[in-house]
Amino acid sequence: MKEFDELNLPDNLRYTEDHEWAKLEGDVVRIGVSDYAQDQLGDIVFVEMPEVGDSFEKGEEFGTLESVKAVSELYLPISGEITAVNEALVDEPELLNADSYANWIIEVRPENADELEGLLSVEQYIEIVKG
Amino acid sequence: MRYLPHTDKEIFEMLDTIGKESLDDLFCTVPEDCRYEGDIEVGKKLTEWQLDEHFEELADKIAVGPRHKVLIGAGRYDHYIPETVRALMSRSEFLTAYTPYQPEMAQGTLQGIFEYQTLTARLLGVDAANASMYDGGSALAEALLMGLRVSRKKKTVAVSRAIHPHYLEVVRTYLQETEFKIVELPFDKNGGTDLSKLRELDDIAAVAVQSPNFFGVVEDLENLGKDIHEAGALFIGSFSEPLAYGLYKSPGECGADIVCGEGQSMGLAKGFGGASLGMFGCKEKFVRNLPGRLVGQTVDKEGKRGFVLTLSTREQHIRREKATSNICSNQGVCAMSAGMYMASVGGTGLREIAKLNYDKANYLKSQLLTVGAEVVFDAPIFNEFVLRFPFDFEKVRKKLFEEEKVVGGLPLGKFFFELEGSHLFCATETLSKEDVDRIVACVKRYRSKEVAA
Repeated sequence: MKEFDELNLPDNLRYTEDHEWAKLEGDVVRIGVSDYAQDQLGDIVFVEMPEVGDSFEKGEEFGTLESVKAVSELYLPISGEITAVNEALVDEPELLNADSYANWIIEVRPENADELEGLLSVEQYIEIVKG
Repeated sequence: MRYLPHTDKEIFEMLDTIGKESLDDLFCTVPEDCRYEGDIEVGKKLTEWQLDEHFEELADKIAVGPRHKVLIGAGRYDHYIPETVRALMSRSEFLTAYTPYQPEMAQGTLQGIFEYQTLTARLLGVDAANASMYDGGSALAEALLMGLRVSRKKKTVAVSRAIHPHYLEVVRTYLQETEFKIVELPFDKNGGTDLSKLRELDDIAAVAVQSPNFFGVVEDLENLGKDIHEAGALFIGSFSEPLAYGLYKSPGECGADIVCGEGQSMGLAKGFGGASLGMFGCKEKFVRNLPGRLVGQTVDKEGKRGFVLTLSTREQHIRREKATSNICSNQGVCAMSAGMYMASVGGTGLREIAKLNYDKANYLKSQLLTVGAEVVFDAPIFNEFVLRFPFDFEKVRKKLFEEEKVVGGLPLGKFFFELEGSHLFCATETLSKEDVDRIVACVKRYRSKEVAA
């Protein structure tokens, strides 16, 4: 497992306490998991994703990540409708271990883009990761 | 893995190691008032010969084969069990090992379960089958829960009233303390499930239909499946008699997403309604929502074929309260027997046995029609069917029992008020033409007395 100073935590993203990241791209928000999350899980073998068109409330479970040692639920950081899922992860879930930022998991059209501002900054997230 | 009981010496050594005087000391954390004091009533000690005699006496009091011909199926079916099954299953490695899932210890058992899964998947027409559930009822309940999991947000499931009433009781028990609702779908005048109610409902996660159903009626699974899928629900195919799929298309072949039911017909004794076997499988895309254990094939570090539990991350020892099921075990002995049965008879054998069941049931049915019986449901059957009689059949049924040692069908009134006076009959390969002829002659004899009186 990585030491703290080996973790890649970009400062242009918003984070959650559940170790997801969110980033506004035009009128949609891309969601993925942090480098810390993929590192903790170990080899990811399956990504369960929602259907495009599904809607979720903020904090609702939208999928799961299965690694060789555990299954973790994924919770939506903001309310909205799923506009895309990263199909590449269906056959190559290990892409998340390789780069958990280039490989986003879903795209959401937010009900209220302001919700993004309520998420953690990288500084706040670092505090959580440090524990 | 062999079962070797501990000797008194070993027990003493173990107790000594942990500093305890007796086995009772191990239960010292159980509060006094929760312990049972006194003798448990299990009767006095008997010698082996006395015990034999005791069971002989008991056996004389109950109507079971081969002393009697029992024309009742309704979930437990009288089938021949090939001697290969009994011979192989008498091996202590198969019989005595509990939860033998440790790959370092149990390659034989794991391979056996893997083969059971493979044969079950083929029989049911699904991509993957699990290592088994407890019985047909628990399998159906788990299938409905799985349907709710797959649908994520829906809260209602629909079940056909023509599913075995005991299975439905298990389903109600499973779901009664949950937020989920059960809708019952009626059967039509031909004994098939009527889905018209589905149109008025939304929020249905899954619809379960049994074929052959409790009345022995072979349901039109393909068309039912289409309607179920159009309603946006998962299609669950339940069964109590898997032998039917030797002749009829399996639920999986008819498009069912999940197939589940009772596997007693696959080489298990009828017993007193148990031990049972819940056969369970699904389409590949739902495999991560499958409940229960799953054995997979892999290679060891030298590249040799081996077997391990797979997709364990679904299970409760890893996923805790998010697990796909609380069943973290399987019906090991029953599944192994069923695997051996299927391997022994093979695809061709299964078809031949199924054909015998079909022919004998249809012969019994047609012969009973000649002595006054009336068909209740006009539909294709496998080895069961419902008849009613224009005379008091209960009296004739009593005579069949006394004079012919035949249990003449199951009165349906206690299960379905609208079928009061109708009887469910079953004929399998164990019933001979001579049996049918003497049964029919007896009905004829007493029917005339009934009519005359």
